[in-house]
Amino acid sequence: MSTLAERADARAPRRLAFRLSTMSDRAIAWLFITPSVLLLLAINIFPLLWTIQLSFTNYRANRPNAPLRYVGLDNYRDILSDPDVWHAMQATAHFVLWSIGLEMLIGFGLALLINRRFRAHSFWTTMILLPMMLSPAVVGNFWTFLLQPQIGLFNSVVAFFTGADPSSFQMIGDVALAPWAIVMVDVWMWTPYVMLICLAGLRSIPDYIYEAAEVDRASRWRQFWSITLPMVMPFLMLAILFRAIENFKMFDMVNLLTSGGPGSTTEVASITLKREAFEKWRTGYSSALAIILFVTVFGAANIYVRVLDRVKQR
Amino acid sequence: MSTVAAHSVAEPSQLAKTIGGMLVATYAIIAILPLLWIFLTSFKTPTDSISYPPKIISESSVEGYVNLFTTRTRQTPEFLASLPPPQTWYERLVRSRNMVIAGPSKVVPRFINSIVIGFGSTFLAVCLGTIAAYAFSRFRVPLADDLLFFILSTRMMPPIAVAIPIYLMFRNLGLTDTKLGMILLYTAVNVSLAVWLLKGFIDEIPREYEEAAMVDGYSRLQAFFKVVLPQAITGIAATAIFCLIFAWNEYAFAVLLTSGDAQTMPPFIPFIIGEGGQDWPAVAAATTLFFLPILLFTVLLRRHLLRGITFGAVRK
Repeated sequence: MSTLAERADARAPRRLAFRLSTMSDRAIAWLFITPSVLLLLAINIFPLLWTIQLSFTNYRANRPNAPLRYVGLDNYRDILSDPDVWHAMQATAHFVLWSIGLEMLIGFGLALLINRRFRAHSFWTTMILLPMMLSPAVVGNFWTFLLQPQIGLFNSVVAFFTGADPSSFQMIGDVALAPWAIVMVDVWMWTPYVMLICLAGLRSIPDYIYEAAEVDRASRWRQFWSITLPMVMPFLMLAILFRAIENFKMFDMVNLLTSGGPGSTTEVASITLKREAFEKWRTGYSSALAIILFVTVFGAANIYVRVLDRVKQR
Repeated sequence: MSTVAAHSVAEPSQLAKTIGGMLVATYAIIAILPLLWIFLTSFKTPTDSISYPPKIISESSVEGYVNLFTTRTRQTPEFLASLPPPQTWYERLVRSRNMVIAGPSKVVPRFINSIVIGFGSTFLAVCLGTIAAYAFSRFRVPLADDLLFFILSTRMMPPIAVAIPIYLMFRNLGLTDTKLGMILLYTAVNVSLAVWLLKGFIDEIPREYEEAAMVDGYSRLQAFFKVVLPQAITGIAATAIFCLIFAWNEYAFAVLLTSGDAQTMPPFIPFIIGEGGQDWPAVAAATTLFFLPILLFTVLLRRHLLRGITFGAVRK
């Protein structure tokens, strides 16, 4: 069997082969990195710059021939004084805070239990992991079925345990319950993610620390607060970072589960963005909103990573 | 990893283990229940699937799968009686509902789109990612940390935010609703994951292997192809599966940038409708078929899962 390199050598003209084999490391480094960077420039950075430019205009993508007018900071001013946008930010905050809070609690709890290494723990771990590998859109879609009053499985199970009438509440259609429906489905889907990271954290703690604590007669409770928690903290914070970025951008699952409704109770930021950009076709305005969202995530993530580094060094 | 010996002093008691096991198993069963329900629903008749109260045990039927793959029209009994007898079992099933098969549904082309776009973008992203990761791992690249962070930061943009200019760009280039456009787009999204993951995997391959090969007269490129690549093959495979899963599951770009020719499964599944709303057995059948490869991959990937979902930040 000839390897790729030999086949490439055989095919390449003599001079090219010579040139490749004597290429300096620096040239190879650039040759290897450039394609990826170019692709990202073309499909990520160029669009970002374009978005910035559009955010200062009144452009509408459904009327490409209308005269383009630069409106300065008007779009940004409109957004920051738009009550709908503030409402969307509140809905997003509710969703992000509650889903991450519950995921951390349940995920860390599960990780502590799994770390006891009972029989068949790896089988059950794999079972638990399944939901997070699935497509959020398809998950959102089938949860609309599970959450239907009367015919849905969820209402029947709740009715079975509480004795309430299964058609007396609707998770998706009710203004008070819908924000919790999206939190619940997100928790169902992403708790395993937090669990997996926490488990890695727990397994990174060397045994001798616990042995030393045992010699010092520290109680199990004390060991948890002074050894386990501080040592898992960087992992917990990493899980929060990844979940927060993902949930702040959340679109697919919510779009299919509630599509922002009823009314606009579950209209998280990305859904507002989609409505402005692809339903109302206010391209300029939505570009400004996109920039605001991106700067928020990027800025918050940067600050957070600095804090995380400090926690790690301790 | 799990090779670390169990806590000698802090080893949990047998009782603690049993309680832990029972709690975890309970959670797992509750978490799996919705998936089992979808699987069961795919084998129910449309009437049973929306019965009140929900039926756990019902007559099993493959009507959902037949409905998923066909389009049907309702006919009068007189017309049905005038037709020649049904040739196949699925035609007989459809006839028993007073309908005739009008043709195949769009599910097969959508599934093929998912496969073509998924594998195409994965192949490109892994090729680009492997060489870039090698360069970042082995050479002193100026501003390497900044470049790596730049590559990662492209993942922080909400997809809808990027979708606005990409929509305009694709419209100008004629890439709207084409497989090529979607492959390029998913490659760009996946390349950041591929670079970060593969850099971790290649960092773990000792440099001494290549250096020894280069002392033996290999050029740098030959050493890369003949020494590093074979060593990195597990990492490359794991990365490829992660890229494939992303492309397979992606919805936001797919729903905004495709409508027909290049539409993948996620935007298609919610629009599988029968008479009077969503045809739940058919939707459940599509969901089941769509999830099966992912279940397989999850089992295959177990050892590398943590790395994949944290961009290589946690390696166990």
